[in-house]
Amino acid sequence: MGNLVSWARSPWGESVLIHISWDLFWAALVGGLLFLLAHGGYMLFSQHHKRDSSEVDRLEAARKGLPANITRHGFVARMFHWVMAFSMLTLLVTAFLPIVGVKFAWVYWHWMAGILLTASVMFHIVHATFVLDFWSIWIGPKDIPEFKAEMMRDLGQETPGAPKPGKYPLGNRLYHLAVLVAGLAVIATGILMMWRVRTGIVERNPYILTDATWGITYVVHGLMGVGFVGLVIAHIYFALRPEKLWVTKAMIFGTVTRREYLEHHDPDRWVADK
Amino acid sequence: MPPIRDVMPAFELFQPANVGDALGILDRHGADAWVMAGGMDTFDWLKDRIRKPKVVVDLGNVTELRGIKDAAGGLEIGAMTTLTSVANDPLVKERFPMLAAAALIVASPQIRNQGTVGGNVSQDARCWYYRAGWPCYRAGGNICYADTPTSINREHAIFNADRCVAVNPSDTAPALIALDAEFVIKRGSAERVLPAREFFVGPGIDITKLTVLKPGDLLTAIRIPATWAGKAHYFEKVRDRQVWDFALVNIAASLNMSGTTISEARLVVNGVAAEPYRLDAVEAAIKGKPRDKATADLAADLAVQGAVPLRHNAYKIPLVKALVKRAIRGEAEWATS
Repeated sequence: MGNLVSWARSPWGESVLIHISWDLFWAALVGGLLFLLAHGGYMLFSQHHKRDSSEVDRLEAARKGLPANITRHGFVARMFHWVMAFSMLTLLVTAFLPIVGVKFAWVYWHWMAGILLTASVMFHIVHATFVLDFWSIWIGPKDIPEFKAEMMRDLGQETPGAPKPGKYPLGNRLYHLAVLVAGLAVIATGILMMWRVRTGIVERNPYILTDATWGITYVVHGLMGVGFVGLVIAHIYFALRPEKLWVTKAMIFGTVTRREYLEHHDPDRWVADK
Repeated sequence: MPPIRDVMPAFELFQPANVGDALGILDRHGADAWVMAGGMDTFDWLKDRIRKPKVVVDLGNVTELRGIKDAAGGLEIGAMTTLTSVANDPLVKERFPMLAAAALIVASPQIRNQGTVGGNVSQDARCWYYRAGWPCYRAGGNICYADTPTSINREHAIFNADRCVAVNPSDTAPALIALDAEFVIKRGSAERVLPAREFFVGPGIDITKLTVLKPGDLLTAIRIPATWAGKAHYFEKVRDRQVWDFALVNIAASLNMSGTTISEARLVVNGVAAEPYRLDAVEAAIKGKPRDKATADLAADLAVQGAVPLRHNAYKIPLVKALVKRAIRGEAEWATS
C-alpha cells in the first residue's frame, strides 16, 4: 500500500493535501469482509451463549400484562432510518464505483444524496431530541457492567445478575456513536465541498478556504467515507444474522414480540407502551 | 505557461515498425508508456516537464497506420495519416469535403505536415491551468482553477462542465462525429470499434481524460461509412488568429436533403465542452423542415439551451447560435451545398 494520503504542489509552490489514497477504500472493504468472516466463523463454532429459554419463560409468566407486540420504532423513526440508509448507500455507490472502474456521471447523484442525508439527519436530531427518548441511545461509564456481561456471554459464560440493555443493546449504541461521528464529519465536509461543484444552490468558489484547509476537508471526507464502507458492511451483516433478525424486523414492521422484549431488554430501563 | 525547456526528461524510446510490436510494447509497459503520434501534443508535455513517462512509443515508423483507402464507398483512414494528407486526399475531398476542410484548418502547415488525424482526435485539453501542471481536477487534484470568480476562462466550456471546464480542442473530431465515423482501437490481440461519439468522454464520467483510451490501447484507424458521402456538408471554425489557433468554437454539420427538406442531420460543435458536443435536440427538431431562415433560427435557439457561461466566455453562446444558423443555411466557404 502506498501513502495514506495524496499530496500535490500548489501554484504557489506549497505542498498541499489532495485526498486520501484510494488504497484505503480497498483496505476498508477487505477489512469489513474479513471481520464478517471472522465473526461469522466465531459465531458458528464458539460457545456463544443464548439466554436459557426457561428463564425467558419465567420472565414472560411474570409479566403477562404486557401486550403481545411492543412498539420498538415508530413509523417516523423507521422512515428516517430507511431514508438515511438509501441516501448512505447511494453516497457509497456513487463515491466508490468510479474508483473501482465503473465510470458514470456520479457527482450529481452524490451531492443530491448528500443533501438527502443531511436533511434526514437534521430531522433526526430534532425528532430524537424532542420526541424520542434522547438518552436511550448514548453510552457512558454506567454501561461498563453491561459491556462486560456482553463480552462474557460471547465467550460462553453467563454473568448472574448482569444488567440487560434498555431500548438499545450495547452494539446498537456503539454503532450509533460511530455513525454519528463519521456521519457528522462527512456531512460537514460535504457541505463545504458543495462550493467546489456546480449545484445551483451556492455559487461555485473554491477560494472560500485555503488550499491547506481544503486538503484537510477532502481527507476527512475521504477517511470517513471509507470508514462507512466498513460500518455499512458490519451493519448489513448484523442485520442479516439469524439471531438479530428480530431487530431487523422491528425496523421494518416497528414491533418486537413480548418474548423478544423480555429476552433482550430490561423492562425497567425500557418501559414498553401498553 | 511554464518555461519550455530544451532538454526533456529521460525516457526509454521505442520505435516499433508494426502494429503488433507497438501493441506488445504498450501491453508490457502499461501505464508507464506514452503513445506518440505526430508529437504535436506530446512535446509540449515533455518539454514543459509536466509529464514524465518512463517509456515513449513513437509510432512514426508504423507505416501500416498511414494511408487512406476506399471502404465500400466510405473510407478507412489510418490513425497516423497526417492532417495534410487527409486535407489533400482526393477521395476525402470528393466524399467528405467537411473532413478535408477541418483537417486543412488545423493549426499551421508545418503542424499539419507532422500532426496526424489520430493525434488530433486524441490530443489532451489545452486549458492553461491544466497544462501549467497545477493540481486541478483533470490532473488528479481537487480544484478547477479555470472556474473561480477570478479565473481567465474565455476559451472554456459552456456545456456539460462537471467540476472541470476544459474543452476538447480538436477540429477533426466534430467532423468525424458528424459523419458517423467509427474508431478502431486495438489492445493486445483484441479489437473494438466505437462510434466516434463514444470515443470521447466528459468530466462527469472521467475527469482526467478526454477519450476512452486506456493504457495499452492503440487507436489504429478511423472508418467513415458511405452514409454521408456526397451529402450536404458544412464546417466552420472561429478562432482568434486566422493563421494558427485552436478553435474558440467550431461546427461540423451533415445534412441529408430530400428536395428542399432536411431528412436527416448531424450537427456537432467543439470548443464548448470537454467532449465534442452533438446537438441532438437540434437534429431532431430540424428533421422534416426546410433548409431556411426559420429552421435556422429555431435550431440556433435550441442549440444553446442548457449553456452555462463562465465569467469570460458568454460570447460563445451567440457564437454557437450564429454558427448553427450558418450551418443550416449553408453560408460559408466550406459549405458544399
